Amino acid sequence: MPAPTISLSTLPIGTTATIREFPKIGAAFLRLREMGLLAGTPVTLVRAAPLGDPLEIKIRGYHLTLRKSEAEHILVEPAA
Amino acid sequence: MALPPHVSTGPSAAPARQPVYALVGNPNCGKSTLFNALTGLKQKVGNYPGVTVEKKIGTTYSQHGQPITVIDLPGTYSLAARSPDEAVTRDVLLGRRADTAQPDRILCIVDATNLERNLYLVHQILDLGRPVILVVNMMDLAAQAGLTLRLARLEHELGLPVIACEAVHGRGLIELKLAMSRPDLPLSRHAWDVPAAIAPAVAELQASLTSNDRKSPLIARAEALLLLTDQDALRVAGSTPLCPRTVEILESWKKRWAAEGTDWAGTLVASRYEAIGHLATAVIQTSGTAGPTTSDRIDAVVTHQLWGWLVLGGVMTLLFLSIFTLAETPMNWIDDQAAALSTWVKHAMADGDLRDLITAGVIGGVGGVVKFLPQILILYFFIGLLENTGYMARAAFIMDRLMSRVGLNGKSFIPLLSSYACAIPGIMATRTIEEPKDRLVTILVAPLMSCSARLPVYLLMIAALVPGDRVPLATKVVIMILMYALGTFGAFGFAWLFKRTLLRGAPPLMIMELPPYRLPRLRDVALHMIERAWIFLRRAGTVILGISIVLWFLSAYPKAPAGVTDQQQLAQSFAGRAGHALEPIIKPLGFDWQIGIGLISSFAAREVFVSTMGVVFNAEAKDDDTTPLRQAMLNAKWPDGRSLFTPLTCFSLMIYYVFAMQCMSTIAVVKRETNGWEWPVFQTFYMTGTAWILSFIVFQAGRALGF
Repeated sequence: MPAPTISLSTLPIGTTATIREFPKIGAAFLRLREMGLLAGTPVTLVRAAPLGDPLEIKIRGYHLTLRKSEAEHILVEPAA
Repeated sequence: MALPPHVSTGPSAAPARQPVYALVGNPNCGKSTLFNALTGLKQKVGNYPGVTVEKKIGTTYSQHGQPITVIDLPGTYSLAARSPDEAVTRDVLLGRRADTAQPDRILCIVDATNLERNLYLVHQILDLGRPVILVVNMMDLAAQAGLTLRLARLEHELGLPVIACEAVHGRGLIELKLAMSRPDLPLSRHAWDVPAAIAPAVAELQASLTSNDRKSPLIARAEALLLLTDQDALRVAGSTPLCPRTVEILESWKKRWAAEGTDWAGTLVASRYEAIGHLATAVIQTSGTAGPTTSDRIDAVVTHQLWGWLVLGGVMTLLFLSIFTLAETPMNWIDDQAAALSTWVKHAMADGDLRDLITAGVIGGVGGVVKFLPQILILYFFIGLLENTGYMARAAFIMDRLMSRVGLNGKSFIPLLSSYACAIPGIMATRTIEEPKDRLVTILVAPLMSCSARLPVYLLMIAALVPGDRVPLATKVVIMILMYALGTFGAFGFAWLFKRTLLRGAPPLMIMELPPYRLPRLRDVALHMIERAWIFLRRAGTVILGISIVLWFLSAYPKAPAGVTDQQQLAQSFAGRAGHALEPIIKPLGFDWQIGIGLISSFAAREVFVSTMGVVFNAEAKDDDTTPLRQAMLNAKWPDGRSLFTPLTCFSLMIYYVFAMQCMSTIAVVKRETNGWEWPVFQTFYMTGTAWILSFIVFQAGRALGF
């Protein structure tokens, strides 16, 4: 049975998950992929900005920001 | 255009002319530091024609003292360009730019602490089939983070020279120069298989690019791979359009894949990362799991819900305090020097128009603008410091939500903030904004932020507004805050408007790396500051000098009969006549022709209004004491005996100064940054038009209400 996935924007802060599904189209997602966000990559949601958006994630050992509007299309599987 | 022949690898084919290296790498990997370390002050900074992207070329020397050219290309994460800067990097590497010869060799710099993502760009560059030297920078930081890099293994796997480096400490530079001096450099033998689903398309595109677009086979393959990932590849300025046949092949494959559900771009990216993953496992050894780093601990405070704002506020306060306090002494010094130079010229030359031109026109005009140099330098220093330490990205992160309300992103924050001191560094700081439309919107609204040259005008108006010789501090502060708020809301309002009308575009993304905090490198900050200041001074020497002479001419001609006062001379000069001609237009705002002269002359710099009023009303105004001028202004009357400077007029005038574009230096910089006259002209009209309308409303409404 496949593990349940949630969107990256709803991942609790401070937790790590594995990226499962990634939108195929859109310049934003292509760039995110080139920055190393690929299916199977572990990602940690580090924090949200003081006003709630954008989000800061840690991926492949570095920190990256993205808006919630992008993060909600990225499906992740929280670590057990 | 003759492209240099592809440099082959045999010793006999060592380039006879000065070899050209391109320096490429991700942002924040220490590329500028390495470039500065290699080339020192032997740098030439210019612009790529047609785009406002900085072109930096330097010279370094081989072990035998032969000069080597190094082109510092804009930092990028990928050759699939997203901004004009990144497009320049891609086009130079692919030999598409007619103004820059294709580099013979490529110097790739990567951040040792973040090897995987950095290798993505390297992987794309290996496709170009040029000799590559790989510089692995920040080895010390990687060691601190518990990473051991087996660079010999990396060298073996990639088949190219790999140099361990700490550019900040100058370590590894000798080894790098030795590698750069080699007459022969191997081509990478890193084998990479294009995924099977995409390989036939790559082959077909490569064939067409070779036969129809006359590219060399290797470049053709790299171009083919790029066409499949770069969405803008087909419509990029500076590159030759592709042959229709090639475009046709590309489109038919895309259609086919779309029907099949093949995610071609994603597959390509994933397969590159897969190859990199194999490399990384072989090369990187992690010792234990590292706890929170120093950077993480700093960020816990700096981006904290509450402390974050306090830190941001603190940094901004410090910035403005230093601009207004530290800059004061050198600004006065420049004023004094200009005055001393004027006096000297007055003694050295015979009385006459030429003398007046030199003292009042050239020294006065250019001096009045150059006076702002200390402020601009301090601002550049701070911006450089914020960029260098990594705080800039955090400020953008914190402010993004607010900026997104008007359709911009967090990167517009620092440029707009800097504009409170002076719009010129603010406008030049917009280069970090990737999306051209967002950058343009930021440039268009930046001069609405009340800059320091408006301060003397506000202060004079407040002095004239409030009865009594001493203005209560509270009144002064409230009116000041009102003016600053008006400008700020104006800027955000217009940004919102432009993003919805003229420069409509998708809301900008906020995909931004938060680099680890680093100690600033003062040498890099200073170099950056000097470069920018030099650009400003060059402007002062050309455009601003020209306009200063024109403004001088307008106030000095036609000549009044000998023996009249300065006041009478100005009144009957072209400027005075222009003031008269302007009066019907500005009368509804409560201004007469004398204020009109002030409006015209403050085009040199807004604060010139104060000294012009001094001449117009024949009262000497000193910086620290406006009392005589204030008295003279309060005595000024309309021909029918009404007071000229009523409180309402003073308000109307302040509002005019909040919005009107009255700064030739800003116009000159906007022209440079937007590559033409259209936008500065548009900006002048929209700002001055808004100023007129708002002053009109305030003055007429005020009169109707009986003020």
